[in-house]
Amino acid sequence: METARPSRGVFTRRAMLLAGGQLGIFGFLGHRLYDLQLVEGAHMSALAARNRTSKRLLAPARGAITDRFGVPLAGNSQNWRALLMPEETTDIHATVDHFAQIIPLEDFERTRISRDIKNLRRYVPILLKEFLSWDDMARIEAQAFSLPGVLVDVGSTRTYPFGPQLAHIVGYVAPPTEKDVARTPLLALPGMRAGREGIEQTQDDLLRGAPGMVEMEVNAYGRVLGELERVEGAQGDRVELTIDAGLQQMVLGRIADEYASAVVMDCRDGAILAMTSTPSFDPALFDSGVSHAQWKAWMSDPNAPLTNKAVAGVYPPGSTFKPAVALAALKSGLVTQEDRFDCPGYYDLGGTRFHCWRKHGHGSVNMRQALKYSCDVYFYKIAQKIGMDQIKDMASPLGLGVTLPVELPHVRAGNVPTPAWRRKKGHHWNRGDTVVAGIGQGFVQTTPLELATYAARIASGREVSPHLIRRTVTREGVKINLPTAPGLELQPEWLDVVRGGMFDVINAPDGTATRARLNLPGIQMAGKTGSAQVRRVSRAQRESGHFNSMKLPWEQRPHALFICYAPFDKPRYAVAVVVEHGNGGAATAAPLARLIMTDVLQRDPSGREHAPGVTVAEAD
Amino acid sequence: MDQQKRLWRAQPGFQLLTKFFQINWFYVVLICGLAGVGYMALFSAGGGSAKSFAHPQIVRFAFGLVMMVFVAFVSPRFLRRLAIPIYLLSIVLLVLVLHMGHVGKGAERWIMIAGIQFQPSEFAKVALVLMLASWFHRVSHEKMGNPLYLIPPAIMTLLPVALILKEPNLGTAVITALIAAAMFFVAGMRLWQIIILAVPLPFLGGFVYNHLHDYQKARIDTFIHPENDPLGAGYNIIQSKIALGSGGMWGEGYLRGSQGQLNFLPEKQTDFIFTMIGEEWGYVGAIAVMALLACLSIGGVLMSIRCRNQFSRLLALGIAIDFFMYCAVNLSMVMGVIPVGGVPLPLISYGGSAMLTMMFGFGLLLSSWVHRDERERVD
Repeated sequence: METARPSRGVFTRRAMLLAGGQLGIFGFLGHRLYDLQLVEGAHMSALAARNRTSKRLLAPARGAITDRFGVPLAGNSQNWRALLMPEETTDIHATVDHFAQIIPLEDFERTRISRDIKNLRRYVPILLKEFLSWDDMARIEAQAFSLPGVLVDVGSTRTYPFGPQLAHIVGYVAPPTEKDVARTPLLALPGMRAGREGIEQTQDDLLRGAPGMVEMEVNAYGRVLGELERVEGAQGDRVELTIDAGLQQMVLGRIADEYASAVVMDCRDGAILAMTSTPSFDPALFDSGVSHAQWKAWMSDPNAPLTNKAVAGVYPPGSTFKPAVALAALKSGLVTQEDRFDCPGYYDLGGTRFHCWRKHGHGSVNMRQALKYSCDVYFYKIAQKIGMDQIKDMASPLGLGVTLPVELPHVRAGNVPTPAWRRKKGHHWNRGDTVVAGIGQGFVQTTPLELATYAARIASGREVSPHLIRRTVTREGVKINLPTAPGLELQPEWLDVVRGGMFDVINAPDGTATRARLNLPGIQMAGKTGSAQVRRVSRAQRESGHFNSMKLPWEQRPHALFICYAPFDKPRYAVAVVVEHGNGGAATAAPLARLIMTDVLQRDPSGREHAPGVTVAEAD
Repeated sequence: MDQQKRLWRAQPGFQLLTKFFQINWFYVVLICGLAGVGYMALFSAGGGSAKSFAHPQIVRFAFGLVMMVFVAFVSPRFLRRLAIPIYLLSIVLLVLVLHMGHVGKGAERWIMIAGIQFQPSEFAKVALVLMLASWFHRVSHEKMGNPLYLIPPAIMTLLPVALILKEPNLGTAVITALIAAAMFFVAGMRLWQIIILAVPLPFLGGFVYNHLHDYQKARIDTFIHPENDPLGAGYNIIQSKIALGSGGMWGEGYLRGSQGQLNFLPEKQTDFIFTMIGEEWGYVGAIAVMALLACLSIGGVLMSIRCRNQFSRLLALGIAIDFFMYCAVNLSMVMGVIPVGGVPLPLISYGGSAMLTMMFGFGLLLSSWVHRDERERVD
């Protein structure tokens, strides 16, 4: 009864065609699967294995920094931190907000977290907060159910047991910048820190160490499922400094009330035993990144707590420059130690009157007396006689106005000016410029480190190199740092005159710094005071007779300087003290230097194996 | 014969029982088999737990199974009357999704109905099949020679395709258009008409490409050069190929696929479920699953041929082609033959809309089969 309608025939034929096409496509896909699974199978298996194992470099532990007795100045401790696995939370921002309710986050931390969420791949964990306390961790654990993807793990953090006391020397570490990473790819490892400032910066390569490797089974989120193999890395080298941490604390105790800098140096080899700069800062604050507010506070502080004034603070040396001028004069042959010059209290040159600090003058003085009294006119005259170039030629080997090779960043050089230098700046050199340079004023500038080196070189007669690293303890062995100290090209009798003058400054009854005399049996000290004006004293002020710098606002008072070495007959230690706006070297700097020198001599760190008061076991 | 039929009409209960036995139970067993495969795969995708994927999916399947049997009992005549309302409903839903759709991955594809996420484009495909079957049923083979009779079904097709494209959901739009094309083809479109339409297709392709969203272009570009961005857009394709490849002949073992279990496979419970099967069950298992899919898809076409009326034939074939399209596109996708486009593997992938509309479609297919001997009405 069924009529063979044409549509059914067409349908059947064409449907069969489609069915055939389907079979063909399934066949093709089956073949493709065969290729993927059986032909390329081995290759794909290898790729899969590589996929699920992750070789990760392990951040090596940073090497320690110790003082000369092995007392740690920078070490490592565990740092508990909270991480967030972006894959394991549905609403990442809500989770961060919720976390912030439990553990408060600083603004800069939130900024960093937002940036990480945007930039990092979703299987890279995001650091939420570092340096968690036990209390913090307990609170996170208690809220774990409402914090999906948040986990706590342990990293390493840098510790500075002496905090601000050695911050300028030791430096600090901070998260590396992109530039750091470009230079040193190892820094890209999570937990790596870059050394900033101080020894941490200059010895970064030694301290960093070699990375370890761990092969782990991971899932696509980077979550570790198990450890397959581990090769421990090598901890960074231990850097032992010439510093005596105990002495450093004592020196700081002496100058704590001032904005000051003091450097204690071993006269014989240039080893720096203490180097202080106040005010200071807490290096631990940098480890996780400093807050904007803190940074602003530091930068706007006129006392520059981040600056190591010992190497980067430049001050006119004032009268402490006179021994250098005296040596230059002797070397020139134009002046002998017995040549006497008259000091009526002033020196007239080309219509300008240059005053001596003593209004009524010193009368006729020879070199040793001129140094003892710190007679300005004597040095005006001899400077004028020998000229600036000869002074410069003497000052440089003595360590003034030159960049010293100490192992710190941002070491500034002072300046001993010459007419050529002035011309290069586009100015004319006046004769008066030489006169004021003769007493360490005008364009003459030095750093406290230069002054200490200068004192040590006068004391030893050798070109001792200031240095902070005593030795490095590496995997290969111990490397001892022994800088050479060639002799200065000076006649012993020249040095004797200058040393004698500096001896009289303290030990002669009419010396300028008799208050600095040591109260130690059989030990004498030689030194030189300096007061560096920070503003010009007007003639009217001077002649009114009422001039008293103590009445000036603090920031206009002169800087107080003092250099010294002891014991006089067999020099061991040199000390330089600069007190900002301390008013007078004799009044302020010399008494401090005396206290410091007394501490140093009693402690005698360069002659000991172990720090006083520290047992051998602790020292190791 | 005739008397017997009259007897059925006289006794509806008996008629229903007869219809029950008329259902192609072999086909239903295949469906259940695939759902079983899906259950196992989802159990593995859930990391060895039924709670996350496998259990909700099997509950949906059970519901779909009941619905399928119920739809299978419905007479094609009644279904034909339903074609227009269902089609209009699907268009309304497609318009709605554009206005109040839930945005997921940059595309508006879902709407919430009674708290359930629903994807209207899935439903629209079945509605279109029903509508086209109904249209071509009325147009005799002779009339097909007149291009005027092709214009209304062309509009019927282009309307939902354009709306789906607008979402944007390129994959589903292309699949919908291809299903319609297959129905035009079997309905008796003339060869010269096909040729005329086929000539401008490449130009149309270029036009569509130019109007694609950037992410869609990126997908196509990534497909051509997946190694350019191995951790970004190319990640899925590369990981999928690696996972399949590491399965080898016998697989890494159930619940032991490192790529799937360690979460290297993205969306492993939906679009990449077959990859996981391939990794864990190997070539042998994967081919077996593909054979099941082929049986259902080709079986559907063969069932359509047995139908005696044009509506049922076209309906059954449309559903079978729909199922086949899902399979072919998904499998090609995970094997890196075509770009990744968000198409699930029917009956196996996790997801509600696809499962329920597919079961509804199977209901229609089985209804055609149950009523296969009802003859065409001569209009």
